[in-house]
Amino acid sequence: MTVVNWLKRNLVVIAGLLTLSYLLLPNVIVTIFSFNNPKGRFNYEWQEFSTAAWKDPCGVSDMCGSLSVSLQLAFWATIGATLLGTMIAFALVRYRFRARGAVNSLIFLPMAMPEVVMAASLLTLFLNLGAQLGFWTILIAHIMFCLSFVVTAVKARVMSMDPRLEQAAQDLYAGPVQTFIRVTLPIAAPGIAAGALLAFALSFDDFIITNFNAGSTVTFPMFVWGSAQRGTPVQINVIGTAMFVIAVLFVLASMVISNRRNKQKA
Amino acid sequence: MATVTEAPPLAPEQPKPPRKRGRWTPYWLLLPGILWLLIFFAMPMIYQASTSVQTGSLEEGYKVTWHFATYWDALSEYYPQFLRSVLYAGSATILCLLLGYPLAYLIAFRAGRWRNLIMILVIAPFFTSFLIRTLAWKTILADGGPVVGALNTLHVLDVTTWLGMTEGDRVLATPLAVVCGLTYNFLPFMVLPLYTSLERIDPRLHEAANDLYAKPTTVFRRVTFPLSMPGVVSGTLLTFIPAAGDYVNADLLGSTDTRMVGNVIQTQFLRILDYPTAAALSFILMAAILVMVTVYIRRSGTEDLV
Repeated sequence: MTVVNWLKRNLVVIAGLLTLSYLLLPNVIVTIFSFNNPKGRFNYEWQEFSTAAWKDPCGVSDMCGSLSVSLQLAFWATIGATLLGTMIAFALVRYRFRARGAVNSLIFLPMAMPEVVMAASLLTLFLNLGAQLGFWTILIAHIMFCLSFVVTAVKARVMSMDPRLEQAAQDLYAGPVQTFIRVTLPIAAPGIAAGALLAFALSFDDFIITNFNAGSTVTFPMFVWGSAQRGTPVQINVIGTAMFVIAVLFVLASMVISNRRNKQKA
Repeated sequence: MATVTEAPPLAPEQPKPPRKRGRWTPYWLLLPGILWLLIFFAMPMIYQASTSVQTGSLEEGYKVTWHFATYWDALSEYYPQFLRSVLYAGSATILCLLLGYPLAYLIAFRAGRWRNLIMILVIAPFFTSFLIRTLAWKTILADGGPVVGALNTLHVLDVTTWLGMTEGDRVLATPLAVVCGLTYNFLPFMVLPLYTSLERIDPRLHEAANDLYAKPTTVFRRVTFPLSMPGVVSGTLLTFIPAAGDYVNADLLGSTDTRMVGNVIQTQFLRILDYPTAAALSFILMAAILVMVTVYIRRSGTEDLV
């Protein structure tokens, strides 16, 4: 009877953990298969243990090139989207202006639009303008769809800011520029950082919009897509596993640091 | 990452602090970003609308001839793919809600000191490219593999075959595999907004309900679930919209019989180069989703959230 009761009480925990394992199962498979030594061109069946791919991660031609294209794109897209998005967020929270509703819907719509629609229509524009598809058209597209996410992230932070802090700075004879740099920006920083991180992740992993607007430029997701047709090298799994581990370590480290800071303050 | 999901449909407009500094400052701040969105988001939509009513060929060029028949032709030829998109995305959304709710509930109320760790585990897979993770499902659902074997022994496959979701002993290259991939790919977009709205619930409301002799199921039905509605609404939207336009899962995990409207738009645009048809299809998809979203938001009574 106690077993049944225990199950009843913890049903939601068990169901939740099952969902969590469903979410993590592919990552486990990706990691295991990064140590595989596949027979054919495809890395879908387990053959034997091997660390060959880990020793030679750039052993596949063009893969590391595509990775560097993706990193550069993500870097510039993050800078562009964070800059433009932060400016919009400040305007939305701090000022009154005409056409606020129109601005809000222009920012909301890209997030509510299926990616394939944005991708196809942007390609129509580029074709009509006769633009050369490549790095720059991808960058333009990435800044476009990352922008709205940065705005929402920064807006949330700036909105929860106490305006009296800035008034206090001004009362203490800080000029508008000084107030902005010494008071406003540091408080808004976590929101801006969150927006930038999000933009980086979105741009780095984007496939659909990039696929339409890339021309002959190959990003890392496009390399993976192509290899699903031609043959999947084990190195793809190595990169996937490494990125997962780096991300987890990065988050853990930032948590430890912020915990320590909080303790010092307390 | 949590901001993706809590932000879009849930950005409440608070009354603005009426502060007047430079009269033109807000416009200067808005100008570059808004111009970017106007040129690279709004204008393409207009170009696309115009392309959809053009006729011509790739060699001779296209002219606007208000050829609305393209829409009719596209719909009558590709309505199965449209229906499939709605069906697959709808099933994936329902599955995401059923699977995601317990996980969000666990993180919000039962995880204790494990909360941050579970949160990281939900978000971290994002950093392994989603294409690599989707390819992993090829291994998981492989013919004769342990998962398919287990489903067979449990007679789950008999049920799904009866529903027309699988064929024989296979899961890969069937609708079930596509729905499974879609559910997997968009599950975090359901879990995060659900968690955000569950976490906001005042625990004293639960205590009050318990004090008034409500059974746990009643507490959930009358208190927890209604209060989590904003999360349910934004979660379902964030799952359904990208799933309906997706072509990656249908391509990697499905077969030619599981093609969705995204696949058609992609092939028409990038391989067949029939731009008017592709533009018309994309326009219909956009309109259909906007209508569905509007009706859904109206009916669920959360208009003020958008």
